[in-house]
Amino acid sequence: MEQVLKVQDLSMNFGGLRALDAVDLDVGKNEIVALIGPNGAGKTTFFNCITGIYPPTEGDILISVRGKEKPKRINGLKPNKVTEKGLARTFQNIRLFPNMTVLENVMIGRHCRMRAGVLGAVLRGGSTMKEEKAAVTESYAILEKIGLDPFVNEFAKNLPYGAQRRLEIARAMATEPFLLLLDEPAAGMNPNETQELDELIKRIRDEEGISILLIEHDMKLVMSLSDRIFVVDYGRKIAQGTPEEIRNNPAVIKAYLGEETDA
Amino acid sequence: MDYFLELFLGGLTRGSIYALIALGYTMVYGIIELINFAHGEIYMIGAFTALIVISVLTLMGMNTVAMLVIAGVIAVIYSAAYGYTVEKIAYKPLRNAPRLSALISAIGMSLFLQNYVLLAQTSDFLPFPNLIPDFEFMEPYAHIIGSTEIVILITTAIVMILLTILIKFTNIGKAMRAASQDKTMSMLVGINVNRVISVTFVVGSATAAIGGVLIASHIGMINFYIGFIAGIKAFVAAVLGGIGSIPGAVLGSFVLGWTESFATGYVSSDYEDVFAFLFLVLILIFRPAGILGRSEKHKV
Amino acid sequence: MITFDQIKKAVVVSVWFMFLTFPIMVIRVNPVEHIVEWRWKNMLLIGVGSFLLSFVWHYFIRRKELGTRKAEAGEEGEAIPLAQRILKNKAIYRPTLVALGIFALIFPFIFSLYQTNILISALIYIMLGLGLNIVVGLAGLLDLGYVAFYAVGAYAYALLNYHFGLSFWMILPIGACLGAIFGILLGFPVLRLRGDYLAIVTLGFGEIIRIILENWNEFSFGPSGIANIPRPSLFGIDLSVHDATIYIYYIMIGLCLLTIFVVNRLQDSRIGRAWIALREDEIACQAMGIDKAKTKLTAFALGATWAGMSGVVFAAKTTFVNPASFTIWESIIILCIVVLGGMGSIIGVIAGALVLILMPEYLRAFSEFRMLAFGVLLVVMMVFRPGGLIPNVRRTYKFEGVANAEES
Repeated sequence: MEQVLKVQDLSMNFGGLRALDAVDLDVGKNEIVALIGPNGAGKTTFFNCITGIYPPTEGDILISVRGKEKPKRINGLKPNKVTEKGLARTFQNIRLFPNMTVLENVMIGRHCRMRAGVLGAVLRGGSTMKEEKAAVTESYAILEKIGLDPFVNEFAKNLPYGAQRRLEIARAMATEPFLLLLDEPAAGMNPNETQELDELIKRIRDEEGISILLIEHDMKLVMSLSDRIFVVDYGRKIAQGTPEEIRNNPAVIKAYLGEETDA
Repeated sequence: MDYFLELFLGGLTRGSIYALIALGYTMVYGIIELINFAHGEIYMIGAFTALIVISVLTLMGMNTVAMLVIAGVIAVIYSAAYGYTVEKIAYKPLRNAPRLSALISAIGMSLFLQNYVLLAQTSDFLPFPNLIPDFEFMEPYAHIIGSTEIVILITTAIVMILLTILIKFTNIGKAMRAASQDKTMSMLVGINVNRVISVTFVVGSATAAIGGVLIASHIGMINFYIGFIAGIKAFVAAVLGGIGSIPGAVLGSFVLGWTESFATGYVSSDYEDVFAFLFLVLILIFRPAGILGRSEKHKV
Repeated sequence: MITFDQIKKAVVVSVWFMFLTFPIMVIRVNPVEHIVEWRWKNMLLIGVGSFLLSFVWHYFIRRKELGTRKAEAGEEGEAIPLAQRILKNKAIYRPTLVALGIFALIFPFIFSLYQTNILISALIYIMLGLGLNIVVGLAGLLDLGYVAFYAVGAYAYALLNYHFGLSFWMILPIGACLGAIFGILLGFPVLRLRGDYLAIVTLGFGEIIRIILENWNEFSFGPSGIANIPRPSLFGIDLSVHDATIYIYYIMIGLCLLTIFVVNRLQDSRIGRAWIALREDEIACQAMGIDKAKTKLTAFALGATWAGMSGVVFAAKTTFVNPASFTIWESIIILCIVVLGGMGSIIGVIAGALVLILMPEYLRAFSEFRMLAFGVLLVVMMVFRPGGLIPNVRRTYKFEGVANAEES
């Protein structure tokens, strides 16, 4: 299978704390992969390493945009460069731009695919205006796909919680990623909303051709969505496989003792 | 050698004064993450209050050391009261507002207090009597260090000890430490965080007032503007040592005090203030956590 | 319906303030002549004043809390402020603008030279405010050393003219460029700093520059400054003081219009949105592909450009520069203008500048209370109306089937 993301031997030390210990993970083209594990296992740290918030202590992060190109190492790239390369993420605690409108939030996602600079802004030449118009159109189109178009001129801070989570996804999609990293997208959602999210993520994969790597605690969602699952505990990968395999894996069950595991 | 010793002790003295002010900055920052721009003005108000009390008592014909002590106590009480009031008016309403708002409010308070004293009193430099007697046993060392400096050093040491006792061994001290680490959790275990914050401001203002009285006696002159420069320098010291850390504030103050003393003694005194600012800029760029500071990693 | 509880609270407040301000307000000392003056009138003033203010303060605090609670509960937000309603109503907006325009154009011929000079000051501050607005209002970078760029512009004109005889018009663009360069220079070291640290460091930079100007006599002529700076000439003709002032007035009107035009365009562009995203959430902004460093430096540079140009005009207007005009308090006044007017809002900043600069001129009697009032203003604005007099409004778009952007 063509891989869009390959992470090898990823380790992250914070002073004396080894938050990640030689973790391997890969995501194939058009795959939905889940990264699960008990709280504190290092999942968000993993995301942060991949997206450049801090460089990993050891290991390699390789990407290949359509699965066809030679894998490129992206360790140590700044977060905005990582996004330019085509990885976009959402955050565990929602990080929208509260005092900007919904449309503008998504338009920010278009920033790295636009080119106008200061001169363009001031002169508003033909190409700049075309670019601006395109940004508005494309952003609105994304909002329509996600179902947020009724909110288009609303301030992001005024949106209901579920809509805010979806807006983060819309914003990330605006950056034209080949891989979308979702950090607990279903957190705080009720069963209806979770079901809608399930369909949304599948649609994104099917219609946009974007691969997905998600961190999630909602096991029903994980089992329904994922093609493959990686399990980490205390910074180490303890299992990987299909949902069926993971469901019956004794090590996983042990790590989650006390948590709901049936789907 | 004598000159070196003089500069060393001079730096120690400067550092002591900065420490007394820096403590207030660092404690407040540690608990509500705000640079209390108005803190320097509290120090200035302490000095002014002492001067006013001394002037009144002089007219009543009092004994000098007693005057100083009474003036000091009253200055401390008033500065504490000002600190408390400033927090209630300008900072408490902005506890949940963006940091920028609180910072601007602090700047406004600083501006207000400076002009308040300016208008209510005078813009002139007012002479502050030196009521610290010359100790006879200091006579042979007079060219290296004077009685006032000794008093400053001893008083600062006493204040440090008292403060350490407060923070380490009392309940309120424990509450202060808890609140500075995690306000929400402190509230959940029953700590009255509002009260803790008020106490922090009160204690910080009190130590600043002591500094104000001492430095006024030492230099012999005060005016409404002294809080501003001293405040900036003390803030530099607090940041240098690691903002939020009490031992850090003290350490940073002495480092700054010595640097200024030696630099102005051996190099030039025109650019004295520049040292503090340069220090500040350099630390914040290369080691924002300061010497003893805790590196804050924000969870993403 | 004032409750007894409120009266009790007000009395407590009143007594507290009478106690608090007793030494400083009531007693005035003159240690030189050993005089102590007792001003009991002040105590009465404080007592009554704080009693009344207590009601006012608590009323507004309660209103603010009510407003916050409503917003959290998700109820429909504040009524659109009066100013915005005027702006949106084209029927009122256009004629007002035209009237103001005509008034501005004929101002120097109706009013005295003195008044014109005041208005020139106001215009300079409008330009400074708009420049700082880019840095503070849009990008959210609290620059307390903004006055340094102002000084750079002013001294550039003074020195380049003194040494090389360059004229005003040649130096104006140079001032702008120097401003931008210094903006980048100052911006580099502070790229990684957070809000409060950024404020202090920029304050430090501002002071460092002023101290250098004051002490490096060979370069800047020290505290006495540089005098006899020529006013701008009209196609090589030297003008009389009267005419030159009017000339400067129109130059400033032109520059202000240019500033408004450019800032308006910047606000509503890719870079403008990036600045606001930076202000709202630095980490999310980076995660969305925005180069944090480049965006910050651009904000500093562009903001400083306007200060540089203002500095050149300032030197031309006063014909004299010295370090005392560029203290941190100037930075704070400019900050006041932005904060009072409305961070990020062009009209707000203009309103703020006019209020803060013109009012003290017309309230000359109260001039000693000016800085005091500024202090109070900053605190009150932040507590009750952080959005400013005329808060900024985000652009909204209309969509009908296919997206069709339209200003509203």
